[in-house]
Amino acid sequence: MTTPLLPDDYLHLLNPLWSARELRGRVVKVVRETENAATLVIKPGWGFSFDYRAGQYVGIGTQLDGRWHWRSYSLTSAPEAEQGHIAITVKAMPEGFLSGHLVNGLAPGTVVRLAAPRGDFTLPEPPPAAILFLTAGSGITPVMAMLRTLDRRGTMPDVTLVHSAPTASDVLFAEELAALVRKHPTLRMHTQLTETDGILSMDELGGPCADWAERETWACGPPAMLDGAERLWKARGIPGALHLERFSVELAGAGGEGGEVTFARTERTVTADGATTLLDAGESVGVQMPFGCRMGICQSCVVPLLAGNVRDLRSGVQHAVGDRIQTCISAAAGDCTLDL
Amino acid sequence: MAITDIKEFAHLTEADVEALGRELDAIRRDVEESRGAKDAAYIRKAIQLQRGLAAAGRVTLFASAFPPAWVAGTAMLGAAKIIENMELGHNVIHGQWDWMNDPEIHSSAWEWDTACPSEHWKHSHNYVHHKYTNVVGKDKDVGYGILRMTRDQPWSPANLGQPVYNAALAAFFQYGVALHDLDVEAIRKGEKSLAGTAAQAKVVGRKIARQLTKDYVVFPLLTGPAFLSTITANATANLVRNLWSYGVIFCGHFPDGAEKFTEAELEGETPPEWYLRQMLGSANFTAGLVMAFLAGNLCYQIEHHLFPDLPSNRYAEMSVPVRALCEKYELPYTTGPLWAQLLKAQRTIWKLSLPDRFLRASADNAPETGSERGTSARQRIAETAARRARGGWRSIVAA
Repeated sequence: MTTPLLPDDYLHLLNPLWSARELRGRVVKVVRETENAATLVIKPGWGFSFDYRAGQYVGIGTQLDGRWHWRSYSLTSAPEAEQGHIAITVKAMPEGFLSGHLVNGLAPGTVVRLAAPRGDFTLPEPPPAAILFLTAGSGITPVMAMLRTLDRRGTMPDVTLVHSAPTASDVLFAEELAALVRKHPTLRMHTQLTETDGILSMDELGGPCADWAERETWACGPPAMLDGAERLWKARGIPGALHLERFSVELAGAGGEGGEVTFARTERTVTADGATTLLDAGESVGVQMPFGCRMGICQSCVVPLLAGNVRDLRSGVQHAVGDRIQTCISAAAGDCTLDL
Repeated sequence: MAITDIKEFAHLTEADVEALGRELDAIRRDVEESRGAKDAAYIRKAIQLQRGLAAAGRVTLFASAFPPAWVAGTAMLGAAKIIENMELGHNVIHGQWDWMNDPEIHSSAWEWDTACPSEHWKHSHNYVHHKYTNVVGKDKDVGYGILRMTRDQPWSPANLGQPVYNAALAAFFQYGVALHDLDVEAIRKGEKSLAGTAAQAKVVGRKIARQLTKDYVVFPLLTGPAFLSTITANATANLVRNLWSYGVIFCGHFPDGAEKFTEAELEGETPPEWYLRQMLGSANFTAGLVMAFLAGNLCYQIEHHLFPDLPSNRYAEMSVPVRALCEKYELPYTTGPLWAQLLKAQRTIWKLSLPDRFLRASADNAPETGSERGTSARQRIAETAARRARGGWRSIVAA
């Protein structure tokens, strides 16, 4: 009846959370966790499903200088519908301008866009009898959701948490973790303060957790740590007992010239240099590319960028995951994947 | 003859054209780099205003049996439809707000309140018209397939009816736009398959059906006893919107001084030459803030054609350096009051309904279009200045 608009287009002008087409949320509280990390408590609007699983992440879109930016963060809240809100904990990255904005600049009341919870870094039900959580830095966040869930349900199995952080004041949720350890005799925690203790080498994992090989392990942290863990578990012949979560690095400013372009739907790939447009690259391997003017003015060729980075050949501006890009004036800046 | 050699017509050297291109690129970069929260707030406010007006208009029309309510409701709905078409639809589908990365204000997702599906519009308007602006035979906006707008188009007896087609096009403009991309002419010439056109026609048909149902069935039924007065109100709002968009759009490329080009011009055209063609082929009209807003800022047609994907709220500020460039390079910056520009466009339509032997000027020096063999850009600027000095509408009618 309101064609071509939907009732949504009117409703969310009255209340930004009244959108059935898109998930939205309102920041209700910002809790400072450490000097450079904060927890955002968000009340989701219509259509958000609370049956997510501990360890999953959620996409969050926020506006900065008029532009929407998307990032994914692990949910740190235990999935309980009755609370009516979710929480993510964000650590400001030195190069990540958006994470810095989220930690320092997001006022309660801000409306954010949300993408449904996703990810398979979760515990099975019932949880295994013996668990090792191997985390570093903000890698603790998905594990925190798991620990809170186990605590809330009163089903804490034999858990060892080995967590690394530069200094004691950098340990996220330090007080709550200590309280959990006091409450559950089956929960043990080893904190590695890397500035004084040095980085925990995977060869030394037997120190804090002698029986690591007998445990089902969930690991989340910087790529070097995860790569080391992967090698160790493989060497032991038990790679199946290790579950990894890799946070995609914020790539703003990264990316090279050219790269491998993947067309996700047609399952084709081609290597393109930094001067070849994605449109030309796709057509060279027979992908049916939508096109029009071939000079960047008609928007007929706009497609979502699923992974990687591309560069606008006219302005040099780099686009990242989640942006919709014009293939006729964009070239690969590193490997990238298009929804085509 | 329309312009075949743009550099000769404009008396610019290759180096001049290159330099002009660089200066225009710099204007573009300035805007790109300064887009931000203020611009985003502008488009969101425009959307709020449009939806507020639409909702208030629809509600008021529940009382449309009462004449003042009919007038108020129709005015609000008409204004909402004008804003929706011009400042929102046209500009969002151009990708002017894609930089915001907002899935709801994005060229790939926007659908508008007119008979033409936005996907088709992206082809017929964003691509065909904006890439091949005013190239006779390429840009289907030159005459929209039914009007003879330059003496380069051969006259046929059917052109005698031109004033009538023109009036019909103005009244039913949205349908003209919707059928535009079907490109019936191309089918006749065998350049386009019938099957593809049929599939396209189906999409247009569905959109038109939805639009008609909304305005002439559902909303009138909802208002119950005010059924008939709601129908007339909706029809009037659509008519007003059609006439307005027709008016604005015909002022963009058809007043005197907006040049036409031949396909020869396209051969090996460089980006700066494309810029130059946009400048010579477009025309502005003068407008205050409100009129500019209602025109979707297409009173800055020249700026829009140079930078079709930059946000409309910036065209006014961009017009200052663009105009300065025109003066610097001795290029015409065609502009005038809305009524004068519209009259000039109408005069061309009426004149060209006649065969050439009844017309005084030749294809090389006609007021509606010139060529490098007739008048040059420099002469045109001098003539326009002289006409302006003489002043008054008499000079327009006499020209």
